Amino acid sequence: MSDIVLHEDIPEELLSADAAAKAEIRTVEIDSHALNFGPQHPSAHGVLRLVLEMEGEVVARAIPHIGLLHRGTEKLIEYKTYPKALPYFDRLDYVSPMCEEQAFALATEKLLGIEIPDRAKWIRVMFAEMTRILNHILNLTSFGLDCGALTPALWGYEEREKLIEFYEAASGARFHANYFRPGGVARDLPAGLEERIAEWARQFPRWIDDLETLLTNNRIWKQRTVGIGVFTTEQALAWGFSGPCLRASGVPWDLRRAQPYDNYDKVTFNIPVTRQGDCYDRYLVRVAEMRESVKIVEQCLAQIKPGPVKIQDHKITPPPRREMKRSMEALIHHFKLFTEGYHVPPGATYTSVESPKGEFGVYLVADGSNRPYRCKIRPTGFAHLQAIDEMSRRHMLADAVAIIGSLDLVFGEIDR
Amino acid sequence: MAEPGTELTTQQAQSRGALGSLAFALSTSVPGIHSAAIEDGELVVRTSRDRLLALMGLLRDDPRYACEQMMDLCGVDYPARAERFEVVYNLLSVTRNHRVRVIVTTDETNPVPSVHHLWPCATWWERECYDLFGVLFSGQPDLRRILTDYGFEGHPLRKDFPLTGYVEMRYDEDRRQVVYEPVKLTQDFRNFDFESPWEGILTLPGDEKAHESRQGLKLPR
Repeated sequence: MSDIVLHEDIPEELLSADAAAKAEIRTVEIDSHALNFGPQHPSAHGVLRLVLEMEGEVVARAIPHIGLLHRGTEKLIEYKTYPKALPYFDRLDYVSPMCEEQAFALATEKLLGIEIPDRAKWIRVMFAEMTRILNHILNLTSFGLDCGALTPALWGYEEREKLIEFYEAASGARFHANYFRPGGVARDLPAGLEERIAEWARQFPRWIDDLETLLTNNRIWKQRTVGIGVFTTEQALAWGFSGPCLRASGVPWDLRRAQPYDNYDKVTFNIPVTRQGDCYDRYLVRVAEMRESVKIVEQCLAQIKPGPVKIQDHKITPPPRREMKRSMEALIHHFKLFTEGYHVPPGATYTSVESPKGEFGVYLVADGSNRPYRCKIRPTGFAHLQAIDEMSRRHMLADAVAIIGSLDLVFGEIDR
Repeated sequence: MAEPGTELTTQQAQSRGALGSLAFALSTSVPGIHSAAIEDGELVVRTSRDRLLALMGLLRDDPRYACEQMMDLCGVDYPARAERFEVVYNLLSVTRNHRVRVIVTTDETNPVPSVHHLWPCATWWERECYDLFGVLFSGQPDLRRILTDYGFEGHPLRKDFPLTGYVEMRYDEDRRQVVYEPVKLTQDFRNFDFESPWEGILTLPGDEKAHESRQGLKLPR
């Protein structure tokens, strides 16, 4: 009877006796409450595949699957010279590129044993803080978007555009700046940029006020975020949290203050800390951090002085272009730098910076050649995402979305 | 070029002194430590696999060290060594404001004890180290791949794993699915060696005496 196609909806009495005997009853247990969230879901913030085991609308377990954006950055860096490895850092956390560059530049400078000029330090601090604002605008507004608030995102993109124009004016690129290089910054600020930044810094706090009128006391926003994804101080420490997520759980820890790098020891700023450790507190900490960042930018503008922006050792930084046209030695330096790079003495360092998301670290092992022997990147979101199971347990499905938004995840960084 | 360590701020000098006393305390009071020293201004502790858990528990719970956070765990591959992998733990104390780096070595078969019950965040770091290097962690309940593709073979950050990998994937129009194929390179992979043949030679043949006095090894008479 092999030519008979059995359909499940044929009643048994209509089948021949032969076929009815073959149609054995199979019971297949399908857990209909395992929910595949992402990887293409807009509120997955990139390519997060989250398998949610649901009990009704309550999350029983959240299993993140990551690596969908894994590009093998660490392996690629092992095959590139130090100057060529730097642009990979822009592409890690593509929302805050310059802070990532800073970690690698500081690690390389530490192994080389060089000290960069003062003006370069001020430029770095200023652009790192502008990067922090750039990152927080995108995070806070898209977090709002996840919870149904559309307007902040529309307003935020306009403000981001202004900052991205400063990026472009300084480095020539809107996102992938390749600006903070070992030995200083790629080039000096163009004329008039400092005045434009000062003008922006005067206006920007008003935008933060506007953002707060939309969200901070908004009843719907509070209902969606207060008491959601609570993480205690002990939990946050044990799960390796850092940055705003750690400070929202009541730990006054900021690498800019505790282990200052570049010129952070010469500026004054407050470290906002809250106690509850819920999504609303993470939002509040980021808003307060933006205000502090504006203050730091203003202090940078007040203290920055004309001078060199990179060290004058042309084994490490390229000579000026016009000198290259006249001097044979400069030409050789330029050629050697962009083909061979420079040899970094053997050693290892774990250097970290306070990126907008938290501690971003680079464990750099040099073996004396012109390429890193090993460059481990410590992504911030990796530790935060790992805790999502703990954080979203017994929450509603919609709260899991709010938690993802509040953790500030970027997959370029997590997957590397 | 400024010499490293010439322009220390007071805070840096203090933290370096504190790290030195930590290194001394560790190397004198804790058994089973190969070395505890300041390398490039960072405290590095080397130990063996069977002593790792005791050391980590001490570093976390002893108020002198108080390393509440494990910020990072990573592997480093040295194929020429007898135990080819180094597993590096970067610990941070937010109350004492210092970092401690713990290094153990292992090979492809001997597992490293897992520290996930000390710091729950270690689970993913250990999974990553297993995925990229093939380092095994004993006592780790969730030792699955994490960053590479579903069904991936090999451990890509080992030094003997080629940069281009072994398989590439594309979407096949006819079969209407993603297919995996062996990597085809249109041009051989080029890996340049920038080691200058002269740089390794410190003493030129026939120039030994001049070299010794130049290096300060022997004073000229």
